[in-house]
Amino acid sequence: MRLRIIVASISLALISVLCVAGDSPRSNSATTPVVQNSAQADAMRLEGEKRFHANCGRCHAAPQKFPPRMMATIVRHMRVRATITDEDMRLVLYYLTQ
Amino acid sequence: MFQRPPDGGPYGGPVSKNLDYAQVDYIANPYLTVTVGRFLTPFGIFNERLYPIWIRSLQQDPLILPLSDESSDGAMLRGGFPVNAKANLTYAVYVSAISTVHNNLQSERNVGGRLGVYLPGSRLEVGASWQKLLQDGRTNAFGFYSAWQPQRLPLNMHGEYARSNQGSGYWVDGAYRLSQFRQKAVRRLEFAGRAEQFFSGQIGSDEAEALGLPGANTREGEFGLNYYLHDGLKAVSSYGREFSSNGNFNLWTFGIAYRFMVPLGRAEQ
Repeated sequence: MRLRIIVASISLALISVLCVAGDSPRSNSATTPVVQNSAQADAMRLEGEKRFHANCGRCHAAPQKFPPRMMATIVRHMRVRATITDEDMRLVLYYLTQ
Repeated sequence: MFQRPPDGGPYGGPVSKNLDYAQVDYIANPYLTVTVGRFLTPFGIFNERLYPIWIRSLQQDPLILPLSDESSDGAMLRGGFPVNAKANLTYAVYVSAISTVHNNLQSERNVGGRLGVYLPGSRLEVGASWQKLLQDGRTNAFGFYSAWQPQRLPLNMHGEYARSNQGSGYWVDGAYRLSQFRQKAVRRLEFAGRAEQFFSGQIGSDEAEALGLPGANTREGEFGLNYYLHDGLKAVSSYGREFSSNGNFNLWTFGIAYRFMVPLGRAEQ
């Protein structure tokens, strides 16, 4: 009985969250932010480096260079694995690809 | 892994293979990811975060690691998001099904979760985990963990406590990379150390050993020296001493850890 309640609760939560996700704007998860000028690009690169050291650097060094699309896949995987926030992921991806 | 038996004899051992995870992740929104398949059980910090041999600074597993399943077959909801400018909240809840179809796909029927708070400014993370077995004795397990990386020192500290009917215990480890030195050869060195203790639970010693746990109360200290040849390749070595009513042992480890990635497809430059 308890198991049924737990499974039913998780299913309900899942459905609710997916409905919310459907209503919310697309997060476009693994895309790098649009940058207006070089000063902004430098600032984002610095912030990305900071976020990289604060999140990823806690466990490992920066990986070797990969093309942006491949790096986006790696970062998306690590976002889930290390429960990195959406904002941190975007800035880290910018730092690793720009 | 090649090991010498505690009671002497030649070095040997099987080449082990195991499927750690094969999962499908759906990033539903910035706050939630839905995972289905076989995943690393999010209990504590070691199993999910520090388990890969190219990440861990000491190659021996902590004594309390077998207190929870390494992998689970089921579904998981997880995510991380900022609660304010100074703190991020991370969470994971999961339910897993029993699986005995293959040695590499074993899983137990569990429900559990982990909640953590990360302070990026001070690079401090603390969290707690819980797991309930939905079969046999329907036992509970819980644990706490902490990780800290000071801003000004190349120091990496972790600690974890876990308790279940199978036993309880803790470990604390630290790794210090000599990256502040000028000489390139010295900068690649890393010192590591771990102190840990395990207390037997309500199960017999034979059952504990079958699960990979010590058969008696155990204390252990370990010191390691690693040399990073480059980011994905390092030489590792360590010496540890285990103290237990079953006997005291030396634990020596020498090895090479290599991380490789093979792109499965072409990507745009």
